Amino acid sequence: MAKSALAPAATPVAPRAMRRHYVPHLTIKAWVGLSIIALFVIMAVFAPMIAPGNPNAETFLPDMPPSAANPLGTTALGQDVFRQVVWGARNSLLVSVVAGSLATFIAVLIGITAGFLGGWADRVLSFVITLFLVIPGLPLLIVLSSYVPSKGQGVIIFVLAITGWAWGARTLRSQVLSLRERDYVLHARLVGQPWYSIVFAEILPNMASLVVNNLLFAMIGSLLAAAGLDFLGLGNVSAVSWGTMLYWAQNNAALLNGLWWWFIPPGLAITLYGGGLALLNFSLDEITNPRLRKRVVKVHAE
Amino acid sequence: MHRGSGLRFIANKIGLYLLIFWAAMTLNFIIPRLMPGNAASALMAKAQGKIPPAALKALEAAFGISTHQSPVQQYFSYLKNTLTGHLGISFTYFPVPVAQVIGEMLPWTLFLIGFATIIAFALGNLIGVYSAWRRGAALADALPVGFTVMSAMPYFWIALALLYVLGFTLNWFPIAHAYGGGVSLSFSLRTLGSILYHAALPAFSIVITSMGGWMMQMRNNLVSVLADDYVLLAQMKGLPEREIMQNYGARNALLPVLTSFAMSLGFVVGGAVLVEDVFNYPGIGFALVQAVSNSDYPLMQGIFLIIVSAVLVANFIVDLLYTFLDPRISRT
Repeated sequence: MAKSALAPAATPVAPRAMRRHYVPHLTIKAWVGLSIIALFVIMAVFAPMIAPGNPNAETFLPDMPPSAANPLGTTALGQDVFRQVVWGARNSLLVSVVAGSLATFIAVLIGITAGFLGGWADRVLSFVITLFLVIPGLPLLIVLSSYVPSKGQGVIIFVLAITGWAWGARTLRSQVLSLRERDYVLHARLVGQPWYSIVFAEILPNMASLVVNNLLFAMIGSLLAAAGLDFLGLGNVSAVSWGTMLYWAQNNAALLNGLWWWFIPPGLAITLYGGGLALLNFSLDEITNPRLRKRVVKVHAE
Repeated sequence: MHRGSGLRFIANKIGLYLLIFWAAMTLNFIIPRLMPGNAASALMAKAQGKIPPAALKALEAAFGISTHQSPVQQYFSYLKNTLTGHLGISFTYFPVPVAQVIGEMLPWTLFLIGFATIIAFALGNLIGVYSAWRRGAALADALPVGFTVMSAMPYFWIALALLYVLGFTLNWFPIAHAYGGGVSLSFSLRTLGSILYHAALPAFSIVITSMGGWMMQMRNNLVSVLADDYVLLAQMKGLPEREIMQNYGARNALLPVLTSFAMSLGFVVGGAVLVEDVFNYPGIGFALVQAVSNSDYPLMQGIFLIIVSAVLVANFIVDLLYTFLDPRISRT
């Protein structure tokens, strides 16, 4: 069940029969976050129905403010801004989901390996993690992508994942280090369970919430980093995404010509979608860390 | 004995950072070679005839490429060149050496990022303490949610919006450069005022997007610390709330915030690159974007190295601070 991902991190997952009845209490924040994300997913999937036509078609009068025909106005090239925002969701969502998942996969792989094996392997992997944590991601991203001759979506996603996994790996590694010493893991070792069974049946399920946490975090990171790359013109500038919209807006001096309807909607879309992910992450923190829940600790006298 | 272990902690950190610096240099050497079709040679071929022979030689030096050297020899001559400050010659600012370009632009970035980070760190932590302290009150609970959403805003978009509203439409702030046209760079109040005035909007964009991270960390740590037994004991002793909050809570909650300084700074540096680009602020972030659009590879590599070094130095300073703030490090 997907819901089991929301079980508290530190306690072992309940037996199957109990787990089915465990429905975590989702806060309003979580619902708002989920609804925003759902809205954008619908927008991306049904783009051809919501805003029919080629988003790059230059068939309108240029520089027009929002009107009935063009709800968000037109660009300096005579494209419909609304159409571009809706179709741009496809690219921006795809990159954030795929790059975020890939980064999380690498984080899980390296974090668990380092924490579980310990010793020499841990020392080497920890150094690699620190290396990628300390080297600022965006400059590395810029240097990497400027060397890539062809800017396909896949290349950008790969580069985003390479620069975005280290934070997750660090958190997961320290969690594995602590889980490894728990009695139930010791028990599994003593009865002679093979390593893969210990990792996949004992350790991984108890870190599920942390993995989801990292996934959301990595998705936000990839979304913003991809937007930054696109804005600098280092992505695929002919593909429609929120970042490339801002690139073209900037290149055509949308700001200085007063075309606010060209650069506000794509930035707002990034903020809303990223904000939705962040809200979900925020409430996930509250669910998994009881201390963060409302009014558990009363420090000041009331 | 205490002092000795503190020194060992510092020595370990120095070793780690030197290793990271070496790894960054090696990355710089390997990346162009790993790319499909060996980007370095391809670029050399492309640059042939377009740029003066002197620059071509400089490019060779920067890449460590030379037809009569083996890759290993190339690597060592590259290391030697880099360590002696021979970073090649910039194409964009030809014939100025890369080291000189960086030397002129680095102070602006250090000033902008330093200024913005100190403000964001102080404000973020203060708001974090407030939000944890007054938990349950409407404002204290709304702040973290607001900042969480704000941290998902693209740096450059905030910068664009500020530039448009406060700079372009209202004309309250300058929209580009680091100081006014009629101002000469000297130690005078007028110069200082012009510099601060020009830094206001870029710094503000960095502050509002990076403050949330500090705030959330402080708040979450403090909430956890406040649930600890020694806080309960302090309350039972009847100590004033303010003292518990400052001396028992915030002090202990600050340490983990400092540990993750490295990553936070990495984000800020990345954001600053984009902000400098938007405001045409003459720092190394702006130069990096210029270098990329002009295929100025020596400058790009030099800037990448200097950014990594700066982040390493900043982290080292935080580590030094840490040994003073947390005596436990010296004891283990």
